[in-house]
Amino acid sequence: MYDYIIIGAGINGSFLAHDLSKYKLNILVIEKGPDVATGATIANSAIVHAGHDPKPGTLKAKLNIEGNRIYPGICKDLDADFKYTSAFVTATSTEESLSIDMLYAQAKGRNIPCEVLDKKQALSLEPNLTENTVKVLNLPTTGIITPWEVAFNLMEEAIINGVSLSLNTKVLGIIPRPKTCYIDKCDSMGKLGYEIITDKGTFKAANIINAAGVYADDIYNMLNPRDKFSITGRKGEYYILDKMAEPLVSRVIYPIPSSKGKGVLVVPTIHGNTLLGPSSEFIEDKRGNFTDTETLEYVKTQVNKTVRNIPFNKVIKTYAGLRPTGNTGDFIISESYEFPGFINVAAIESPGLASAPAISEYVINNIIENQVLLKEKKEYIKRTKLPILNRMSITEKQKLWAENPSYGNIICRCESISEGEIIDAIRRPLGATTVDGIKRRVRPGSGRCQGGFCQPEIIKIISKELDIPVTEVVMFNKGSQIITKGEIN
Amino acid sequence: MKEYELIIVGGGSAGLAAAMGAYENGLNNILIIEREPELGGILLQCIHNGFGLHMFKEELSGPTYAERWIRNVQKTNINIKLDTAVLSINSDLTIEYSNEEEGYSKIKGKSIVLAMGCRERSRGAIAIPGYRPAGVLTAGTAQKYINILGNEIGKKVFILGSGDIGLIMARRMTLEGAEVMGVAEIMPYSNGLPRNVKQCLDDFNIPLYLSHTITFIDGHDRVKSITLSKVDDNLVPIKGTEKTFEVDTLLLSVGLIPENDLSEMAGITLEKKTNGPIVNDNLQTSIPGIFACGNVLHVHDLVDYVSKEGLKAGKRAAEYVMNPKEDYDYISINHDSNLSYILPNKIIKEHEGNVELMYRIKYPLKKATIELRCGNEIVREIKKTNLVPSIMEKILISKALLKGNELTIGLKEE
Repeated sequence: MYDYIIIGAGINGSFLAHDLSKYKLNILVIEKGPDVATGATIANSAIVHAGHDPKPGTLKAKLNIEGNRIYPGICKDLDADFKYTSAFVTATSTEESLSIDMLYAQAKGRNIPCEVLDKKQALSLEPNLTENTVKVLNLPTTGIITPWEVAFNLMEEAIINGVSLSLNTKVLGIIPRPKTCYIDKCDSMGKLGYEIITDKGTFKAANIINAAGVYADDIYNMLNPRDKFSITGRKGEYYILDKMAEPLVSRVIYPIPSSKGKGVLVVPTIHGNTLLGPSSEFIEDKRGNFTDTETLEYVKTQVNKTVRNIPFNKVIKTYAGLRPTGNTGDFIISESYEFPGFINVAAIESPGLASAPAISEYVINNIIENQVLLKEKKEYIKRTKLPILNRMSITEKQKLWAENPSYGNIICRCESISEGEIIDAIRRPLGATTVDGIKRRVRPGSGRCQGGFCQPEIIKIISKELDIPVTEVVMFNKGSQIITKGEIN
Repeated sequence: MKEYELIIVGGGSAGLAAAMGAYENGLNNILIIEREPELGGILLQCIHNGFGLHMFKEELSGPTYAERWIRNVQKTNINIKLDTAVLSINSDLTIEYSNEEEGYSKIKGKSIVLAMGCRERSRGAIAIPGYRPAGVLTAGTAQKYINILGNEIGKKVFILGSGDIGLIMARRMTLEGAEVMGVAEIMPYSNGLPRNVKQCLDDFNIPLYLSHTITFIDGHDRVKSITLSKVDDNLVPIKGTEKTFEVDTLLLSVGLIPENDLSEMAGITLEKKTNGPIVNDNLQTSIPGIFACGNVLHVHDLVDYVSKEGLKAGKRAAEYVMNPKEDYDYISINHDSNLSYILPNKIIKEHEGNVELMYRIKYPLKKATIELRCGNEIVREIKKTNLVPSIMEKILISKALLKGNELTIGLKEE
């Protein structure tokens, strides 16, 4: 019997698992995918927004502002990258510049640092803004992260501190059961416990946290509640540009927001690439994260409105992600009235990433505090930092090599990743088991050749480390094998 | 810091030839750095024949062609570091490298030859719409899996792009027992050598779909199917022409890009059209003492020409080590829009003798005249027939003919 079962190991499931692992609780995380962070967490704009944009009075506004305050500290704590880049909301016409004034007033009212810059000031800071730029709103507290890195490190620390994680586990049904008394603070309100039936067996929990992203409505509906909500995937398509000697932009560039959201952005990433996107289209199929020609063309047209000199010949990848858009217009974060102990953390679309640490705090302080008695563990263990060689001096690298020569063997030439770092990525507590899992942890395959040169080597290392034949090494899901027959010698 | 007369980055066909060129011209302290466990570069996975017709007057397989060069290098005192990655090249001619034996080290060259070859354009670079399942590979990566590692990578295959590697892999996969459903080419003509179209597709009844491209990849785990569409004159897919092929593998042969990230790091000026360094007729880049040859400079169609270029780069590097001259007067070279590029980018004025110009045209032409102009004066005219973009053309011209500071190469269609 678990105190809490968290369904979904995206950024929200990971924050909750991590934050709850500080307390004496028995926790299980169930994830359908082959790894942590395989849904919206890997396909978004990777921005910690300042909080200027969400509608007043919403959870989105409140939690975005708080999340922005929490991120720098938690990232430092977790040894994950966080960088303040600041952001420009750019107006390219006089009508649009009125929106700048309104956004400025809204940001000021929320105590978000901001200033309005004229065209000359803006272009001197971002020379690739278009000539049409009229005015910009500068938001210096905007930051960028690598979302899956944050999720991996959170979940890893949760695992080190006793949280169980069951990957490749699909929830098939949820049955409410009369709750038996099992922890210190056991009330007699007739609360329920739950049985979660999965393809890997049945798990019992006193409480459930539903952080299933785009599937959160399907999960809740398994209980057939009266207060159903619905989640629709809103697809965003993106381009990624190669690293460049002269970066295109050094700040996040937003257009003026519209009813469709914050618009199509130009975003610098932690690793020196540039993101262009996202588009915004509702899609029925929750697995429908495909790209299409028209939408990619639309993204091109839109980004050309704010930024010029975009080198489309430097595109190294295109991808699509689905935002879980709810039918209420706001995040849905509450304990079910009808099913006590069942907490929905649903419809976490933009600014969901920016809000994630605050969402977890909110759930713990406003919901979980009332369900159980939270007792902090005496000892909390920090995760061990792993070396990143391409950020080190030659002397530091030489020291690591002396301890372990595989740190001298470069496998990924685009990103200069050594065999030692790849083995670390497999052997760490939340170790990679797939080609994509390694790519997300230590980046081979993220560069300009997109794995053309290093993929066979990566497969060889996974096969050896996990002691499985190369024909069982997958890209991501079961069935995504690359080699169909033979062995690598 | 350990110093060499010449450090060659890359031990493939260009690097091996550069080493021999430098050695034969008097250098004694040469180092080749190669990241693979063996010398030979991409030739080692090109087990088909067709190499060496110009160099050795016989048809060899890739590994045999490589072996001839490797044996020659092994007879000399040329130093070789295998399994070694170059991490940076700097404008002061220092190089940082790493390997398992020595860890991380920095060395200096009196000269450097860039011979890093090229990489394949990936799916991302051409933004093929659809899902992102396993089973989409570049043709060269597939070639490595099959020919070097001995793996099967799929049973039903479609190929996008009719570059030479794509054509070769269509035949190779067929011989390995896979079913190759077709090759799609967005242009109205093949981008591979005519002999490869004949020997790799026609002889195996593999259809070549000209003016077609792939407009969707389906499959959540492994490739399930691809959608093929016809394109119009502007290369835009035509609605209603879609055909679906159920395949488990899609190979891409959609272009090669000179691998110049290390050159960029060093601050070497690159040419947008070739994606390679700007060079003079000594194959010297914008940084004196750094030379470039082979596919890192521009993508060749024949290895024999790569070797020839390598020999020259090695020789010029040797001359530079013995007499490091940095300032030259140049004749700059331009071309009109019918050509996709021309090399070298500039010619040293004071040298005597001949200069070899290499160019590719943009689209196939039955008959054309190549015109070399200095100012308004036509200094040479050459008639050409059956020009195709897949074949690199060469012009040998005496420097004595050139006047002024500019040479323009024009192409007139007839």
